[in-house]
Amino acid sequence: MNSPLVVLNDVSFQYESQETPALSHISMEVYEGEWLAIVGHNGSGKSTLARLLNGLQFPKEGTITVAGITLSEESIWDIRRQIGMVFQNPDNQFVGTTVQDDVAFGLENNGVAVKIMNERVVDALKKVNMDSFLDQEPHHLSGGQKQRVAIAGVLALRPSIIILDEATSMLDPMGRGEVIETIMSLQKEEKITVISITHDLEEASKANRIIVMNQGEIYREGTPEEIFEMDEELVKLGLDIPFPVKISKKLREKGISLDRHYLTEEELVAELWTSHSKM
Amino acid sequence: MMEKMIIGRYVPADSILHRMDPRSKLIIVFLFVCVIFLANNIWTYGILVLYTFLMASFSKIPARFLIGGLKPVLWLVLFTFFLHLFLTKEGAVILDFGWFKVYEEGLRQGIFISLRFFLLILITSLLTLTTTPIEITDGLERLLGPLKKVKFPVHELALMMSIALRFIPTLMQETDKIIKAQTARGVEYSSGPIKERLKAVVPLLIPLFISSFKRAEELAVAMEARGYKGGEGRTKYRQLSWAVADTLMIVGLLFVSILLLVFRG
Amino acid sequence: MDISLKNVEYRYSADTPFERLAIKDVSIDIPSGSYLAIIGHTGSGKSTVLQHLNALLKPTKGAVVIGSREIKAGRKEKKLKGIREKVGIVFQFPEHQLFEETVEKDICFGPMNFGVSETEAKRRARDAIKQVGLSESILEKSPFDLSGGQMRRVAIAGVLAMEPECIVLDEPTAGLDPRGRKEIMDLFYTLHKERGLATVLVTHSMEDAARYADEIVIMHKGTVLKKGKPLEIFSNPEELLAHGLDVPEVLRFQMKVEKAFNTKFNKTCLTEDELTDVMADFLTGRLPR
Repeated sequence: MNSPLVVLNDVSFQYESQETPALSHISMEVYEGEWLAIVGHNGSGKSTLARLLNGLQFPKEGTITVAGITLSEESIWDIRRQIGMVFQNPDNQFVGTTVQDDVAFGLENNGVAVKIMNERVVDALKKVNMDSFLDQEPHHLSGGQKQRVAIAGVLALRPSIIILDEATSMLDPMGRGEVIETIMSLQKEEKITVISITHDLEEASKANRIIVMNQGEIYREGTPEEIFEMDEELVKLGLDIPFPVKISKKLREKGISLDRHYLTEEELVAELWTSHSKM
Repeated sequence: MMEKMIIGRYVPADSILHRMDPRSKLIIVFLFVCVIFLANNIWTYGILVLYTFLMASFSKIPARFLIGGLKPVLWLVLFTFFLHLFLTKEGAVILDFGWFKVYEEGLRQGIFISLRFFLLILITSLLTLTTTPIEITDGLERLLGPLKKVKFPVHELALMMSIALRFIPTLMQETDKIIKAQTARGVEYSSGPIKERLKAVVPLLIPLFISSFKRAEELAVAMEARGYKGGEGRTKYRQLSWAVADTLMIVGLLFVSILLLVFRG
Repeated sequence: MDISLKNVEYRYSADTPFERLAIKDVSIDIPSGSYLAIIGHTGSGKSTVLQHLNALLKPTKGAVVIGSREIKAGRKEKKLKGIREKVGIVFQFPEHQLFEETVEKDICFGPMNFGVSETEAKRRARDAIKQVGLSESILEKSPFDLSGGQMRRVAIAGVLAMEPECIVLDEPTAGLDPRGRKEIMDLFYTLHKERGLATVLVTHSMEDAARYADEIVIMHKGTVLKKGKPLEIFSNPEELLAHGLDVPEVLRFQMKVEKAFNTKFNKTCLTEDELTDVMADFLTGRLPR
């Protein structure tokens, strides 16, 4: 965890058509190289946060700084080169007629030279394991494949931050798995900073840090272990509890002692083995 | 691929025509349309027919696709033929039925005009059969490039075309889904009185429109997030490359035009 | 009203160069009032199967029996509307089918297509809107002024108002957050229990299938891989995993625990309570090793 790459200072925002603010006095930081998950029920403000970070909306109050640049109408295009965003609907962000055309779209917009474009497109597709699909048309791809192409499109521009705005919500389990795996390997290999806005627990459990949003405010912040210990509170906030945590809780109720709530099934099994096999 | 074949009628193959730059093909079609009016006798039409067959053979497209392109206009052509046949009253009388006569000039005009139709359709078909819709869009965008100087939105039109092309199959899939959903709610799409079937279009079109607007909005946001701010300063990933074959083909057509001028009656 | 598929085969674009075999030799029984889950990967044929349940697709071989009506391959079938009234399908992302000016009109659309009078349709609409957990005041609003979750419930109400004898759900929780998912699944389970509504759930989720269904059919590469009660289906998890399919997370965890302790519990656990009971007994020595 290094220096803060993104800083939000007392940010508030309200949509014209709504009576209550979507975001109230949000202050937070995103550190270089981390995977931050922002979770919350629909309407908690998490998607609004994503739109603000990308300059698609501007805060009514407060400031947003990305890689040292303060967000303003003049600096949007510079900021967008630092932050790449993958949206929820796999079809409605796929612009090109084929996979390679779509990945090149962002490069074209930034006036990148043709020779460099060719390299970057293939390179980006390799990183998401879609390099054998160069000439495929989008309607022949699954949701997971389209999202991976979207990620490649973002990577081609070599941003320092990638935001996934509910990028797995519309996918089937296989597609979700593909996308989460891709992001995990990218974080490891490319050391890219990831902000993922989600209500999917599995996605959130892979993050380094979680921020829980509720009704436009930051409710809690912590590591996945700390957040998932919140238990019933999570359900009230519209979220769910990971399976291993549910099991650990029930086992405790039935008399099995455990050190803490475990986040992965493997950890839980290992703990049970070491503390109970000598009986 | 099926969609390509239905929409742009593109048939993949490895031929001279397939490999040509779409710009030269567009130029040839345009020139041909102008030049065809130079023909007015059997020699000149003969030259044009030969040229067209030569091009067709270069394309390696099976004959059934070329003939398939003529079928839709067959009735129109026949109608024009008979129109000329019966209404042109010049030259010697060939057939005399008493109450109406067929004149030599009528027959001549009928045949020539019909030939003109067929040749035009064949040459245009060769374009769409050997060039994908996106290649045609690219070609048009480059050819119309100079119009940018008079503020004609060339880039914007080309982008709109390519996005429309990309979404046609997706929209087809969505239409299918909506038809199924509404059929499950009791709408009949393939049977029933005409009035009912026309009404059935409303529960299909409205959801399609709404989802299309939503799609357009989300797409615009995504494009902006990816740095799109209009045509200024953009580079192009898909490059077109003009080869010797392209120049030769155009020269070939110019040569044919000269022959037409020489052999005109 | 019983529904059954008898040796059904379906080919898309039959007799064209694009012909594709989607499902083969599929036989499934759905007795009146039962809850069936159809599980399978994308491409397993499950959505082809579901479209046969209300005669949207007609088999290219075999027959589909819906109540007293038989849809046989090779025969031209007319007047299929009656079937669609009895078997209501809620497609994936059903909110995409809304189109009317008001919620009330949209919900009445289905019933009125089947000849129900406007007054009766409106009564059903009021009933249906309550069933899906929304208030009557929403009936006057435009469906497009609602949130995504509300729109989905309105679409479901539109199918419920048709008063079908069997309801088919195609991934009803797609795109919803955890709370939304639970609410929708509970809604349908309540309707099933209270009204004896035969329910067919097409899903990816092994957990939902194990939790709600009386019978499960597993589709794999266009054929029925396995069918039976949840305990039967999941009693051999290795077989399912070998086919690239998944098992409910409770069972998956049971297998991990069994492997670590080199033992086998004599019960296939499908709920968290079942599993934790067995594990608690085992770990405190009450169970023999």
